[in-house]
Amino acid sequence: MTAAAEYTLAELCIVAASKSFADEGEVLGTGIGVVPRLAASLAMKTTNPDLMMTDSEAWMLSEPNPIGSRAADFVPSTESWMGFSRIFDNVWSRKRHAMLGPTQIDKFGQSNTSALGGSYDKPKTMMLGARGFPGNSISHPNSFFIPGHNTRVFKEGECDFVSSVGYNPARLPKGHSLDDIDIRLVITNLCVMDFGGPDHQIQLVSLHPGVSVEEVQQNTGYPVHIPAEVLTTEAPTQEQLDIIMALDPHNQRAHQILDNPPGNRS
Amino acid sequence: MNKQMTATEVVAQLEDGMTVGIGGWGPRRKPMALVREILRSGLKDLTIVSYGGADVGMLCAAGKVKKVVFAFVSLDFIPLEPYFRQARQSGSIEVMEIDEGMMLLGLRAASWGIPFIPTEVGLGTDVITQNPDIKVIDSPYDDKEWVAMPALKLDASLIHADKADVRGVCQIAGPDHYMDDWFARAAAKTFVSCDELVESEYFHDPAQARMVHWERSMTTGVVPIAGGAHPTSCSPLYGFDVAHFKAYAASAKGEGGFKDYIQQYLGASEQEYQNNVGGLDAICAIELPTY
Repeated sequence: MTAAAEYTLAELCIVAASKSFADEGEVLGTGIGVVPRLAASLAMKTTNPDLMMTDSEAWMLSEPNPIGSRAADFVPSTESWMGFSRIFDNVWSRKRHAMLGPTQIDKFGQSNTSALGGSYDKPKTMMLGARGFPGNSISHPNSFFIPGHNTRVFKEGECDFVSSVGYNPARLPKGHSLDDIDIRLVITNLCVMDFGGPDHQIQLVSLHPGVSVEEVQQNTGYPVHIPAEVLTTEAPTQEQLDIIMALDPHNQRAHQILDNPPGNRS
Repeated sequence: MNKQMTATEVVAQLEDGMTVGIGGWGPRRKPMALVREILRSGLKDLTIVSYGGADVGMLCAAGKVKKVVFAFVSLDFIPLEPYFRQARQSGSIEVMEIDEGMMLLGLRAASWGIPFIPTEVGLGTDVITQNPDIKVIDSPYDDKEWVAMPALKLDASLIHADKADVRGVCQIAGPDHYMDDWFARAAAKTFVSCDELVESEYFHDPAQARMVHWERSMTTGVVPIAGGAHPTSCSPLYGFDVAHFKAYAASAKGEGGFKDYIQQYLGASEQEYQNNVGGLDAICAIELPTY
């Protein structure tokens, strides 16, 4: 497959993010938000047809639903009931990989979706709350998508509130090992990273075309491990773009990254 | 046993300081007419346990709440509940912030009459450090530590169902009954508003009976209120009211805040409320959301 000549940054991120679901086999792929959902859907349509997926409401599908309003005669390919209580049975059986977008991610890979600034009793800004992050993070693999890579998200020091566990020895529960924690890919508007550096340090996996190592480091509030070989994030193929277009016919992906820039910024 | 009652009679059974569970999820199938009746009452100092949406936001804004037990409070398409944020950011409420699954386990423990359920959910996170009342314990069977998620015992639960009979057989025909069965079981008293009151014969069809998620002994009272989930959804009957939620969220930015919202919409009765939001026909015509 040859790379497409033109593609947006969102499409580049979708394709890069879909890789985190490629080798997962028969697990529930949960992508919260447009880019993660399209990433999981693309994986199900290409690299991992065994992936399981819900309609983001209460049914399991054997084919991902396109995003947004659908034709009146559209029939979803429902295969089972999957209400919210059953989601927890799935989470705790560990057969899931979720991709989510927290508000902060610290150097340990811990994330925050709740109180920001001020004190916990009186936060400066209250976000969603811990949601399912504590359970997800200790039960199954997780990846992150961050549309705006900056030092507010990748903040220096620990998260203001730790919603999900990371590779932090000081918080490691008794009888657990840091290797039990399984954070996979961190996809941002600048690059792809993981926590595969020395002692689970965050490291650069690939730079999006036209982004420099310095730019990534300047926008991350803690040191990013730079391996000997830094790849360039693979451009989407036309086949992948066609599938993404069919999964997102209303082009909601154009509204996920500020100003919807092109994928190649060199 | 005839359990039919009015929203006013439900609220008369609630007391200051009670722990009240509210069914539904975010902007979906919340017993909003019962919540509105609390807004009209003198009740205060409530502890609310909820997969929260505007139910939590409104009760906080009206000064009814001492403490919220929550994993999130969100209107989904408006991610951050405006009045819950105000309550948190002004430090005016106590909280017990837990994981969504921990809430389910707490409701199950209360339902089963056991003090806690062990789980690894919460370990290593601030839902444990910020909740010193949630204990982490050693296991008698392995060398790990486990969160002992305490029972979330509820004095009362409020739930909205599609259909019910006067004996308390309640049907949720929408695609998800969320954790409502556990809210019903975890509470000393469970009050269910319903869009439609049906004869018991309705459930003689097994396909209808299959969508009854708890037995009637768990239902204390049944309150027929068509459109009673508005502005939240009651799939498959009606969706959530996007325009209304936008106006609600906008009111939080206005000078008058929630007082203005109350003034404009609440009314002295559910009938008045429904007139203020365009009437029952308009509620029932709201399209279901596409996810």
